[in-house]
Formats: sequence, C-alpha cells, structure tokens
Amino acid sequence: MRSTAAHMSLLLGGLLALAVAATMAGAAPALAQETLTIGFTASQTGKLNNDSTAQMRGFALWRDEVNAAGGIKAGGKQYKVNFATYDDESQNTRVQQLYTRIIVQDKAQFLFSPYSSGLVATAAIVSEQYGKIMLTTGGAEEKPYRLGNKYLFQIYSPADQYLAGALLALKEKNPQPKIAFVYEDDPFSKAVAQAVRAQAKKDGMNLSLDESYAGSTTDFGPIINKVVADKADALLGGGHYADGATLARQLHDQKAGLKWVTLLVAPDSPNFATLGDAAVGISVPSQWEPQVSYKPDFGPTAAEFTKRFSDQYKIGPSYHAAGGYAAGMILQHAIEQAGSVEPAKVADALNKMDVTTMFGRTKFATDPKEHGLQIGHEMVLAQWQKKNGVLVKEVIWPKAAKTADILY
Amino acid sequence: MIAILASVVDGVLIGAVYGLAAMGLTLIWGVMNVINLAHGAITVFGMFGLYFVATALGLPAYSAVPIAILCGFVVGVALYWIAVHRIIGQPELMSLLATFAVNMVLIGVGTALWTTSPFNVPVTLPGVTWEGYTFTGTHIMAAVLAGVIAGLLYLFLHHTRTGKAIRAVASNREAADLAGIPTRQILSMAFGLGVALACVSGTLIATMFPFTMLSGEAYQLKSFVVTVLGGLGNPAGALLGGVALGLIEGIATPFMPVSWIPIIEFGLFVLCLMAFPRGIFALSRA
Repeated sequence: MRSTAAHMSLLLGGLLALAVAATMAGAAPALAQETLTIGFTASQTGKLNNDSTAQMRGFALWRDEVNAAGGIKAGGKQYKVNFATYDDESQNTRVQQLYTRIIVQDKAQFLFSPYSSGLVATAAIVSEQYGKIMLTTGGAEEKPYRLGNKYLFQIYSPADQYLAGALLALKEKNPQPKIAFVYEDDPFSKAVAQAVRAQAKKDGMNLSLDESYAGSTTDFGPIINKVVADKADALLGGGHYADGATLARQLHDQKAGLKWVTLLVAPDSPNFATLGDAAVGISVPSQWEPQVSYKPDFGPTAAEFTKRFSDQYKIGPSYHAAGGYAAGMILQHAIEQAGSVEPAKVADALNKMDVTTMFGRTKFATDPKEHGLQIGHEMVLAQWQKKNGVLVKEVIWPKAAKTADILY
Repeated sequence: MIAILASVVDGVLIGAVYGLAAMGLTLIWGVMNVINLAHGAITVFGMFGLYFVATALGLPAYSAVPIAILCGFVVGVALYWIAVHRIIGQPELMSLLATFAVNMVLIGVGTALWTTSPFNVPVTLPGVTWEGYTFTGTHIMAAVLAGVIAGLLYLFLHHTRTGKAIRAVASNREAADLAGIPTRQILSMAFGLGVALACVSGTLIATMFPFTMLSGEAYQLKSFVVTVLGGLGNPAGALLGGVALGLIEGIATPFMPVSWIPIIEFGLFVLCLMAFPRGIFALSRA
C-alpha cells in the first residue's frame, strides 16, 4: 500500500511538473521584445501641412502594419516601432530644436526627415552632427548629399529630374514652345529651376519668362499678367501645395490662355481635385502614382498599398504618402538584412541596397561626394483629366508607363 | 502698353482694398493718437469670419460683409474698454505695448483654434476680359465694396451727429469735453469703427486670396505705408494712399521681378517720411 501511494505521488508530481513546464514553454516568447524609436517632425501646421500630413500617414501606416506583424525581426529580437514626433510648424528653427530633442531626450535610434527640401537640409545638419541615420523622404534637393554626409539616405528622385519629363512631353506636342517659368523662391524649387534652365538650353527651348516668387505669395495676378503679356504657350513651376493650388486657381480665373501647365507638388495631392475645372489639364511630376506596376522584391504592390491606405484614411495616397511608407519599408529591410539595429551595420546594409518596392527601384549613391543621393528611382508625369465628368489623375509620361494620352 | 494698363487696373482694384484696411488704422490714430498694432490680427479675424459664414453657415460669401462690420464694431468697443481706455493720454510707447499685447493674444488664440494652416474660400464671380487680360469678379467686387464703405464712412463722419462728435474729439478733445460731448464713449466708438474697417477689409481680402492665421502681418505693413502716404488721421487720404500704392505696384510689376516690389514699396515709405512727415495727403489739424 505504501509503495502504491508513493508511486502515485511520484506520478502526480511528475504530471504536475510536466504541466508547469508545458505552460511555461507555451508562454515564453520565441524572440525577445524590444522597442525601436524612430524620430521625425511633421508640419502639422503651416504652409507645408497638406503634403507633410500625407507623408506622416505613410509612416504611420507602415508602423501599424509592422507592429501588427510582431515588429521588425533582427538579431534574435523583435522590435516594436515607436515614433517620437513633433509639429515643426513648417519652420526651420523648429526643426533644428526638435531634432536635437528627438535625438538627445527621446533617444531615437533612427530618424525620418521632415517634409520639404528646406526642412530636410536643416534636419540633416543635426542628424549628421549626432551620427544618426536619417532616411529623407519629402526632400529632393541634392545639396545636402554633396556636403560629405555619412548617414543620409534619400528616398525621392533628386530635384534635377523633376521637370525633365515635362519638357520632353511638351516638346512632343510643341517643338518650339514659349515657356513661362515661375517658381517658388525656396531651395527645392530653385534646384529644379537650375536643371530646367540647363535642359531647356540643351533642347533649344525658349524660357521667355524666368521669375521666382516668395513662398508667402497669395496674389499671383501681377505674375499672371506678365505671362499673358508674354503670350506664353506653357507654364512650368510652382513650389508646394499652398502656393501651387493658389496659382492654378488664379490661372484659371484670369483665363491665362496657356496650352500646358506643369506645377510642382501641389497637383499630386488628392485635395487638388477640389479646384474643379481649374485642375483640368494641370500636370505634375510625380515620384509615384497608384497606377505604377513595379514588381516589388518585398512588401505590397502599389495597388495593395493604395487599397490599404485608402481603407485607413478614406483618401487616395499621393506620392508623399507612398514615399513615407517606402522609407519605413527600406529601413525595415536594412535592419533585417543587417540582423541588428547598430547604426554602422544598418548603414552598411543601406549602402549595399538595390531593391524594388511598390515605390520603384531604390539604390543609394555611395561615393562620399554624393553619399545617399537616390540613383535608382525614376519619376513619372501625371495630369488631371476629366473622365465621364469626374476628375482623375492619369500618368501621361514616360510612354512606357502612361495610362492616358497627353491633354494639350 | 496694354500690359501696363492691365497691371495698373489690377493695382488700383487691389489698392482700394489696401486703402480700406488702412482707413481703420488711420482713424484710430487720428482720433486718439493710438497706433493699433493689433490691426493685422483683426484683419485676419475678418478673413476667418468669411470662412465661417460661407463654409460653416453656408451663407452667400458677401453676406459676411455686414456681419464683419457689426461684429468688428462690437469687438472693437470691447477691446477699447479692456486694453486701450486706460492708456489714452499716456506716452505713445504705452499704446504700442498695449495694442501689441492684444495682437499677441489674438494670434495665440487664433493659432490654438485654427492652427497656421492655409484656409481658402472659393468665391466665383464673372470677371471682365479685355485684350486677353481678365479682371476677376472678386477683385472688382472688393474694390467696389471698399469704395462704398469708404463713402458711407465719409457720410457718417460729416453728416451725422456722432460722426461730427468723433471729428470734434479728434480735433480737440478738451474743447469737445467742455462742449458736453461724452468723449470717452466717442473714443470707444471710434476705436470700434477702426476695428470694424480692419475686419471688413480682411473679409474682402479673403474673397480673393487664401489666408492663414499669420497673414495679417503683410497687410498691416501695407497699412502703415498707406497711412503714411495718405496722411496720419485722414481716412479719405488713406483710401487715396491705398489706390496710390496699388498704382505703384501695378506700374512697377511689368518692368521688374515681382520679388522687388516690397523693396520699392518700403523704399517709398522711407522717402515719404523724409519728404512729407505728416503724409502726402495730410490735412492741417487744429
């Protein structure tokens, strides 16, 4: 009897130990959980608000998807993504203060850039000072990459490519157009302007008007009168959303009589459609459009991304949103390839990267004289057209990517 | 030549609105020797007034004009008693500081409520096209309304008892007091009128251009230039000064980049101060 009871006790104890061990095994995570902090500022107020909000939504959608999937997996750990973000009020002085705070106080491990070339240039000074990797999206000006940086990585195609497609498309319709070039007085637009002058000269095209305006301009009447006096066929230029949308509206109200208008940035926003008839025919150089058909090496296709973004935010994505999302994917891929969040290893992975995502090809220049400049990505030209009474944005250039004919 | 004429016409149209904006500033200065540094912020509140009338209430855009005048007057009287009344007769620095403080409060409250993002009220009116140049209906309407309001102000100041009292106080406050005019109430009404003019000019500007909470600064600077051109304390001169400034902008634009126009404007400001310290259209004052 005693030995039977002892056997039973032993058996029960063993079963109990087995149960506890099984429970502990089931509860223990496969990978250690950590948090990865990515810092950036967004222009939640001020004149860059419209475009910056789209970019921030791209970042946020990527973060939500990555965290829902358990986080970024690297080096036997899983990193949940956390943002440290502030409103830069579209001001350089705030960017300078806030990026220092993000790095020093919030201890962000990686950075995304603010929106717009001017603010990116300011943030880049701070990020390089602290040796922090920053993926720049929303900034096309090339100058920051030619100052000897080590940790900047540009997602967008550089500014000199912005209006190249527009000039080629225009030349096809009118080999000798009279072009009025009217652009915002800011780093990005001036970088685009420099490239336009060079290309127009090379192609024998006449820039009959070449004038900049202050970013705070709201009355474009005097400039439009000059365009009319010039009898220009085409107008190229603009800057960002606020001034671009106002210029488009006033061109329409004042019946400027132009056959071709290409404006930077503003017409890419879905909000541009609220201009109604003033939007028809306006074209925009675009870093990305929902209709692109890249075959991604990882991540969603353009169509899948568009659906997810539209479902979340009830509005279609502009290229600013796609750029934000792509920045997140590229950083994630670099960390996964590096197997670590150590800056040197991640930077190495970024430098070696040559991949295609829903955003297109991404490859960074590694020459120290232009480190981080985007050398893989290509731009398209989109135009607002009316289809069955509804305003839609169609890709009109390059021909290989077009979804509609040019409206001229 | 046609291009210059078109630019001049455009300049005159917008200049009338500049003049209306400056009339409020110069009226307050003329009556009570107060430089209202809250002028720009008040102009912006007039812009937001249009936005809410047209967008939130869904009313016709130009119905915001009488609302802006009425609300601007009430707010102006309140501001007078809160911030200005006690510094009347004090050194001018006190009035600058008091109105600057009001300006900062208004901008702070406005930014907290509406941020500094751009707002736009799409107002469409048929324009006039001539030789390829189009003068938009909103510009024409704004200039016409500016003229009408200026005319009504003139009639008020010269043909009503209260208006004459305001002119009497502006001319000699002590004598007006002795004549039995309730000068404190008259000063508050004059301030209210000045604020109403700033407010309605903002409403008219918003029918033409987009705006942000910080847009008032540019119009305040133009108002200072116009006030100097038109003569301090001379509302009719302010309207003429505004038209003159618009004319200068219109004439200069075809010949130089638009980015040079502010340099021309403020260069003119300095030259006028040197040659005519009391303003080109200044009237003599007792």
